[in-house]
Amino acid sequence: MATTTPDIQRNRRAKSASRPGDRIFSGLSRGSGITLLVIMAAIAGFLTYRAVLAISKDSTSFFTTFEWNPAGDPPVFGIAVLAFGTVVSSIIAMAIAVPVAIGIALFISHYAPRKLAKPLAYVVDLLAAVPSIIYGLWGAIFLVPYLDGLNLWLDEYLGWTYIFDKANEGPARSLFTVGILLAIMILPIITNVTREVFLQVPKMHEEAALALGATRWEVIRMSVLPFGRSGIISASMLGLGRALGETMAVAVVLSPSFLLSGHLLDPGGGTFAQNIAAKFNEANEYGRDALIASGLVLFVITLLVNGAARWIIGRRKEYSGAAA
Amino acid sequence: MKLSRKNGLRASAIGALVVSGALVLSACGSDNNTETPAKEGGKATTSAAASNIACEGAKGQLLAAGSSAQKNAMDLWVKNFQAACSGVEINYQSIGSGGGITKFNQGQVAFAGSDSALKDEEVAESQKICKTGKGVNLPMVGGPIAIGYKLDGVDNLVLDASTIAKIFDNKITKWNDPAIAKLNPGAKLPDSTIQAFHRSDESGTTQNLGKYLSTAAAADWKHDPKSKSWPAQGGQAANGSSGVATAVKDSEGSIGYFELSYATANKISTVSIATGAAAPVAATTDNASKAIAAAKIKGTGNDMALSLDYATKAEGAYPIVLVTYEIACDKGNKAETLPTLKAFLNYAVSEEGQKVLAEADYAPLPAEIAAKVRAIVPTLS
Repeated sequence: MATTTPDIQRNRRAKSASRPGDRIFSGLSRGSGITLLVIMAAIAGFLTYRAVLAISKDSTSFFTTFEWNPAGDPPVFGIAVLAFGTVVSSIIAMAIAVPVAIGIALFISHYAPRKLAKPLAYVVDLLAAVPSIIYGLWGAIFLVPYLDGLNLWLDEYLGWTYIFDKANEGPARSLFTVGILLAIMILPIITNVTREVFLQVPKMHEEAALALGATRWEVIRMSVLPFGRSGIISASMLGLGRALGETMAVAVVLSPSFLLSGHLLDPGGGTFAQNIAAKFNEANEYGRDALIASGLVLFVITLLVNGAARWIIGRRKEYSGAAA
Repeated sequence: MKLSRKNGLRASAIGALVVSGALVLSACGSDNNTETPAKEGGKATTSAAASNIACEGAKGQLLAAGSSAQKNAMDLWVKNFQAACSGVEINYQSIGSGGGITKFNQGQVAFAGSDSALKDEEVAESQKICKTGKGVNLPMVGGPIAIGYKLDGVDNLVLDASTIAKIFDNKITKWNDPAIAKLNPGAKLPDSTIQAFHRSDESGTTQNLGKYLSTAAAADWKHDPKSKSWPAQGGQAANGSSGVATAVKDSEGSIGYFELSYATANKISTVSIATGAAAPVAATTDNASKAIAAAKIKGTGNDMALSLDYATKAEGAYPIVLVTYEIACDKGNKAETLPTLKAFLNYAVSEEGQKVLAEADYAPLPAEIAAKVRAIVPTLS
């Protein structure tokens, strides 16, 4: 037995590879994989090359400077404020979007009557089809004035937390507002993927739980959520990827400044993508290299986040669909 | 599964169509605001100007790119010029001065619009494209940079350079600060926080304001005067002149800077500057022309780079001004676009071309400078 199994496998492989369709498909997929790696390497190489050009002429520390003036004499630029703004706004977005997305996905997949579930799913899909500049316009014209009330409330009752202490009067063009806007923007992708995962939960699990006398909430807690956990994490990472790189909506809503402030309700801060969009037009060649250097940092942050997500999912193999 | 996904796609497509349709419509709506003066200007002058435009063999397509500060002026000129000379198409992309110069030095455009004169290294680079010559700066459009504010009950705010510097540097944070009160006796200044708005993008407008502040209020503005990005800390920012104008219009107790046309289009009150002249100077195109007249030419030969006198105390000269240049080769322009280039620049700097400007809130060039540019344009080769 032990000797025959590999033989059978080898035969099977030989047989399948001999079919032209299989060979073409395998070649295509291998080619695609290699192409992807080459593209990623090319992007990384380009970013690194241009970034080194810029950083070698930077007169201050690239990581701790709170200023952006690569056209100055001497050139000064740093990414501290941008990294902070990018991470903070994304964290706010995730904190809001993930629970809401899970809620919507559960409602659509397990609670809503069929007639309501479908239109609701379409509406959530639609949110993904809206271009980000429209979110930006909506955010700047509608959301910002309407968040003033919430900001005052947070300032009054949660001001002691420091982060909700609003030190500066003025409209809510802050990282907090950006976080809320990003949350709305990443909602559909998280909801969609999560919903798909929830629908994949084996019916037998749920029926077994029901048969044991579990309520609907207990079914969700005991079979749906554990089964969907890795899916939820993947979906969240997809959303986070969008939040980290969002450009136009942030550029329109935020009142950027190179000032690092923990007061999230105050106008100010900045993100990598927003800064690139804002500075690119008038930048000279060296300024563009500097922006590309900041882009490299965003690239690295994104890689780290995705790596971390894969690691978390990998650790929880027992919950993944393959094991069920 | 498959079916529902298809439906989802279709629904998304319809939704996207509706939303983008709405955007297109609303975009048109908001455009009208800023372009109104330009359109009116165009209508009023097309017929009069058309007869005086010399086409001189202009034909085909002329590509240009650069400063967005002169976009509305360029739109007017292009419209009038194209109406007068059939078969000519001029395409000016307002991608910013930096982008314009880059494109010019790569030989992609016949001329570039720029808010600041070419730097030495940019001139050196232009010699590759111009072959026998080099890039020269030809001043074409001037404009006042207005300090706009919104403060209920205060109609004629007067500030001087030092106060403006302190406001934008967050050293003066209340409207009833003694420094402001002293300049505005009798005005009811509220005890509210000043919300100072600046540009979040890099801009020649920011650079010119910086040059003004560091010349006229050197003690209070210690930042890099040549910085195109906002050099000070704090305050609030918005994208583009239109963004700053909208922000100022929307927030009580705000102040910001932008080209005069944005103040007119958004009905924003503008600050008069106490320059040391007998009376505070309002931001008008005439007053800006007077300040530009005091400029010295620092370029040599055919280069007309100007050095503005920001600390001017001349009567009625509004000191915060921006001069935008057209940059072309003095020799070695491309043969196929040269006639069109010359004819167009000729029109732009002609009396008719300059007269049109005031209607879009730009300042015409002072007579002396205009005369010099008029002499240079025909010598381009």
